[in-house]
Amino acid sequence: MTDTLNAQQALQLRRHLETGLPLTSRPFQALAEQIEASEQQVLEQVRRWHEQGLFRRVGLVVNHRALGFAANAMLVLDVPDALVDEVGRRLGQAPGISLCYQRPRRLPQWQYNLFCMIHGRQRDRVEAQVQALLEQHLLDDLPHQLLFSTQLFKQCGGRFAAPEGARADG
Amino acid sequence: MDDLDRRLINRLQLGLPLVRQPWQVLATELGYSSAELLDRLHEMLIDGVLTRFGPMFDLDRLGGAFTLAALAVPEPRFEAVAELLGDMPEVAHNYRREHTWNMWFVLACANEQAISETLSRIEQLTGLVPLNLPKEETYHVGLYFPV
Repeated sequence: MTDTLNAQQALQLRRHLETGLPLTSRPFQALAEQIEASEQQVLEQVRRWHEQGLFRRVGLVVNHRALGFAANAMLVLDVPDALVDEVGRRLGQAPGISLCYQRPRRLPQWQYNLFCMIHGRQRDRVEAQVQALLEQHLLDDLPHQLLFSTQLFKQCGGRFAAPEGARADG
Repeated sequence: MDDLDRRLINRLQLGLPLVRQPWQVLATELGYSSAELLDRLHEMLIDGVLTRFGPMFDLDRLGGAFTLAALAVPEPRFEAVAELLGDMPEVAHNYRREHTWNMWFVLACANEQAISETLSRIEQLTGLVPLNLPKEETYHVGLYFPV
């Protein structure tokens, strides 16, 4: 047995990992048995992928609603193109912002190009938090809207949502 | 949910150590046995408090194509359109939001072409033109839900 997994084993390992990590005291041993490799080989491959940034961590996806994070808001702003990177980086670092992305405008239907997600427990608190954030960063003059979600219809989908651990947030 | 559940959720959101016996490490940290931690995690996954435990892949590196899309659905048709999207395997999740653009969903497909085809199909099936808002730049990804 060589030190590293062959291509076939690596692919199999990745497929297994997409479905999650086995709930057992030695998960890498369990994975190794499934792809006929050694625990050490699997562990090294997993560490390598982690170092390369294929995944950020072995962690959780929480059902944020079940945990009481019922106020899920999407803050959208219309930021001048020349400023969007700077504003995106600043808001992205602000406490309480879970995700921050630039997306295209679709004029005339949609004018906003910066999207931030905020997950909170109470709506009024999230509203206050957003207002404070905009004032602090001198952004409250920019056109913006706060879109609360009121209902979740589907949390995960088919084959390519298999890496749903990847927060399929598009 | 009790103290152990909370501590376990908070700790696991920071990541499981990549070692042979990771649960042994957490058991020492949290003052419970590995078996207790695994049982709790299992229960919370079954209950639906947690929806996944495993590597959190970076979408941009996985291949596949993703987008955030929105529809402005007339209120009387809202449930029917939600159901239609719910049956499509390409739709990863779907939220109602308070806005004229009231339906917001993520598409996850094998490639960009499949994204375009799926959006066209949605348009044909619903008569509504979706907004297609793919990610252009990522400034921050840091979901963390302290409980």
